[in-house]
Amino acid sequence: LMADGEAVGEAGLALLERLAAAPPEERRVRVPTVTDPRGVDPAACAWLRQPELAPPREARIVRALEALGVLLTNTCVPYQVVAPPVAGEHLAMGDTGSAIYANSVLGARTNFEGGVAALWAGLTGRVPRYGMHLDRHRRGTWLFEIDLEPGDWAEWGAIGALVGRRMRNYLEVPVLTGLTVRPGSDELKHLGAALASFGSTPLFHLVGTTPEAPDLAAVFDGPPPAAVRLGRADLEEFFAGFRRGVDGVDLVVFAAPQLSLLEVERIAGLLDGRRVDPAVALLLALPPAVAAEARRLGLAGRLEGAGARILEGVCFYQMYAREMGVAMGWRRLVTNSAKLVNIIQGYGYQPVLQPTEACLEAACTGRLP
Amino acid sequence: MRELRGHPGIGPPARGRALVARDGFSARYDLDREAGRFSRPAHRLYGQSYVGRVLVLDQAKGGVASAWMLQEMVACGRAPAALLLNAANPVLAQGAALAGLPLIDRFPLDVTAAIPDGALVEVEPLTGTVRLLDG
Repeated sequence: LMADGEAVGEAGLALLERLAAAPPEERRVRVPTVTDPRGVDPAACAWLRQPELAPPREARIVRALEALGVLLTNTCVPYQVVAPPVAGEHLAMGDTGSAIYANSVLGARTNFEGGVAALWAGLTGRVPRYGMHLDRHRRGTWLFEIDLEPGDWAEWGAIGALVGRRMRNYLEVPVLTGLTVRPGSDELKHLGAALASFGSTPLFHLVGTTPEAPDLAAVFDGPPPAAVRLGRADLEEFFAGFRRGVDGVDLVVFAAPQLSLLEVERIAGLLDGRRVDPAVALLLALPPAVAAEARRLGLAGRLEGAGARILEGVCFYQMYAREMGVAMGWRRLVTNSAKLVNIIQGYGYQPVLQPTEACLEAACTGRLP
Repeated sequence: MRELRGHPGIGPPARGRALVARDGFSARYDLDREAGRFSRPAHRLYGQSYVGRVLVLDQAKGGVASAWMLQEMVACGRAPAALLLNAANPVLAQGAALAGLPLIDRFPLDVTAAIPDGALVEVEPLTGTVRLLDG
């Protein structure tokens, strides 16, 4: 359930508070209902110079959702930190990255249920039967031959972006084949999040990896369509399109989606022995569950000791990014998230997509390598 | 007077001047909702005000935030008069329903080519009808 203050607005808040004022027996969710990131991390809000209206609005949203029985997990990776959906399970996911992961990687069934649609599903225990809940909309309609070996998460995201750009409507289902490297959860997270963001796409199949696509014959009705080939040159061109003329950097962001514990560990390892340039902000957006683990395991201390800032229970683009950018003088944003470079342009940033190690080089030197 | 017929849509009838581009639509990704303008530099309508216009675009793009945001845009008086798309998605349908914002999609032809920019159009979501009043 996405309900950050920026998205909900005053009109949405009034609606949530009206629901929260109902008698208890009329306002409790009937199935477990969890939340997407908040718009404010109280520990970082003042430093980030977020708008004054942000913390009180967020607090009122939290109170209203608690009154409805919603669990404030504040994460866009519930499949990594709350409970992974199960094949065939019918869900109402109000987050495109979670929805595409649940549908594609786990074989669960959900549409994009934005805003109140997810809340209505929680309150009623029902979801409309359409789209991804139906077998007939889960068959492949496009074939992509991936003729490269993606390495860094940024490259997995870039593949998702290149595929997503070609999708013309919600019911087109891309099938990817040809990958010779086996992805893990974080790789597929970046692939799916970017695909859903650059398209409006709730499902992909990766032949030989995702459960509904053991082979091509299983995922297409009839012969597969002609394949669209994506190679190393397409990827390089995609990265170069964001780099154009940018050398300096104001901030480096690891977010969108929030990081898993394994991503945090890798970034902490890469940052060991280095220091973030004082003129650059290095931000990591973590689910509260991962932040707690990162503290317990000493990862948070290592990151913060090197000058990184951990943001908890938020995601960068859901935090009044326009106002924050103006107040902080942030414009040149470097990230390994293809999803974030797509979203954040409209908020007045000049985003550059780089592999994780290059992001950290930029954070420590103030320049793109 | 020319008439187009899409899939029956959402929201009340509306009228306004068309603002047309063959590009996507997401309230979070593309708009400065305070200023009422397209703010994504790569968008074909970059810098243009959408307030009170009948927005004619290709397809819904991006995340779920539009499902909340359309309501706030209407409540603040900084919303388009209607949305006409080749392909909406659940998020825009949910957002339009919550906001009471007219939305029609799925025309038999490319709606961004069929309606000239600046044309005065009348939108009737109940029947999926769009009338070009001065075209």
